[in-house]
Amino acid sequence: MSRIDRRLMLSPAASVAGTPNSNSKNKKDKVKSSKGSLTVYRVIVYIVMTVLTIVCLFPFYVLLVNCSYASNDIMKGFHWWFGNSFGSNWNTLFTDTNIPLTRAFLNSLIISLSAATLTVYFSALTAYGTHVYNFKGKKFISTFIIAIMMIPTQVSSMGLVMMCIKLGLTNQIWVLIIPAIASPVTYFYMKQYLESVLPYEIIEASRVDGASEIRIFHQIVLPILKPALSVQFIFSYVANWNNFFMPSMLLTDRDAKTIPVVLSLLTGSSPATFDKGEIYMLLTVAVFPVLIVYLIFSKGLIKNLTAGSVKG
Amino acid sequence: MGTKEGSTKTITEDKTVFNREILSAEGQANHPKRKYHKKVNYSKYGYLFIAPFILVFIIFQLIPLGQTFYYSFFKYYQKQGDWITPEFIGWDNFVWLLSSPQSRFWKYLGNTMIIWIIGFVPQIIVSLVLAIWFTDSRLKMKCSAFYKAVMYMPNLVMASAFGMMFQLFFAQSGPINQILLKMGVIDSNIFFMESTSWVRWIISFINWIMWFGNTTILLMSGIMGIDESVFESARLDGANASRTFWQITMPLLKPIFVYVVITSLIGGLQLFDAPQIFSSNGVNNPNDSITTIMMYLYQLIQTSKNYGRAGALSVIIFVFTGILSILVFKTMVPSYNAIKQESKAYKKRMRYIKDINDKQSALTDGLSTKGAN
Repeated sequence: MSRIDRRLMLSPAASVAGTPNSNSKNKKDKVKSSKGSLTVYRVIVYIVMTVLTIVCLFPFYVLLVNCSYASNDIMKGFHWWFGNSFGSNWNTLFTDTNIPLTRAFLNSLIISLSAATLTVYFSALTAYGTHVYNFKGKKFISTFIIAIMMIPTQVSSMGLVMMCIKLGLTNQIWVLIIPAIASPVTYFYMKQYLESVLPYEIIEASRVDGASEIRIFHQIVLPILKPALSVQFIFSYVANWNNFFMPSMLLTDRDAKTIPVVLSLLTGSSPATFDKGEIYMLLTVAVFPVLIVYLIFSKGLIKNLTAGSVKG
Repeated sequence: MGTKEGSTKTITEDKTVFNREILSAEGQANHPKRKYHKKVNYSKYGYLFIAPFILVFIIFQLIPLGQTFYYSFFKYYQKQGDWITPEFIGWDNFVWLLSSPQSRFWKYLGNTMIIWIIGFVPQIIVSLVLAIWFTDSRLKMKCSAFYKAVMYMPNLVMASAFGMMFQLFFAQSGPINQILLKMGVIDSNIFFMESTSWVRWIISFINWIMWFGNTTILLMSGIMGIDESVFESARLDGANASRTFWQITMPLLKPIFVYVVITSLIGGLQLFDAPQIFSSNGVNNPNDSITTIMMYLYQLIQTSKNYGRAGALSVIIFVFTGILSILVFKTMVPSYNAIKQESKAYKKRMRYIKDINDKQSALTDGLSTKGAN
């Protein structure tokens, strides 16, 4: 993760408990004398909202428009509507031998999917372990994990690079996957979630029924954790997909690179001689897969993010 | 009639006594046993379940961190493709970083802080206003879910893609110049990339657009956590909007506000992807004005391969973020303690109630047995 994760503040408790109290505020409507000023207020709010929406969407619009034009058309002037070079740009990009794009795309996909899976599974497992069982050093371990949560992983990057060079592990993508098992932020989120949703009785009942501990975790706890798992999976996927710092240090082989590393290669070589259409296409390919997934799940995600309250 | 009533009463009493006896017998028999179980039989599962996490953490984070710290006290770098043998030099790397005229530490730290501040101030203002609007029920805003989704969206986009995108947008003949020319705002192209302040503003803008949605949502959940009746009574007392904001919302929002500021600062120190791509190969970076502290670390590791100094820089960043995280916990601790104390008081109250109940039940037990005799 390139930046500290602020979502850990949000207690997941409320996401289970229900939606925020928007209805209880209606009483304020009784003030009718300020109806005129309320309309003005509303107009201002909508204008600002619309402006911000345009600001947020405009870069992506420009990206899409420009990737549908040939390079010299882009240089000539800005177009407000789509052109028809989309297909040819796509072909140039994917047949360009200088950019190992298909390979990079696959690498990114493999790393992100497996890292996200490992992160959510092992975070849940660890959170469950420290939540349900009593053992020596439990308190120390859970405090320790929370304490190091805020420290950026970049500070240990030098040691990791040294280690990988010494052991010959550079250009192996699993070096970027395995560390995903230990993700303090996800652990913290899962722990909070477990504390709010998991009744101890259900575990005891399963024990009485003769289920083994690991089976209880797989068949009872994981289904209960499903909402938390899916949210964290998406965030972890995105974080790994966008990760640039470590991959750019460890993946130097042509065939081991991920998409952000490929991007950095392109800007590194002489920028003036680029096929602009191709670059815009590359950016589109890098950005839109995540955006599409986000747009599909955004409703649930935002609800999950906002429903939390600091109190919990 | 009288006898009938009496008989039903004794029956119910007997029932309660019976139930209570079973319960207490169960409690006495099971309670210590259960505790014993949990401690002895199940604790190994606890170790088993957390083992992968801890192992991976030790191998991939703790050991590298230890190595980083270790080599920060050594002279260790690559000279013409060959690694020199590490030589212990004490605090020299730190001294060099913090005081040598060749060290870029202070300049790059300054860059990082400037970029963070000029991005963060607009961000927190916009986010606060948006959070208040989103939670203001008088507005009954339509499509607020859409607005939220759109404003959160840039947060998920690759920061490196943003860096490249804006490099293209603000290029000498890029879309921004083209649009401004077309609209007649400017007569000739602006050379954004050659101005120290412009490139900083562009990087800050990337930061702003990526993080204001996130901050809005954080502040929103903070505002929604405030008890609605507080606002209600303020309104009844005749407080206007600005007074409600400064005297009710802000003080109650303070913990999460401080949290947002400090975590954003920690995040700001890690600023790397966007400026790195934006300025790769040293272009678009007049006077090194957007080189951040993390880019310096990257240069020391990758380009100059000076592991001793890179280690020292890592240690400095570690200490700095460590102090900041302690601050986060300090601000969060009062609310934590409040919750803890509340739950302690609650437990105490429950114990008290239980005691009274026990005494009462003992009394009634005695009475009922007496009655039976």
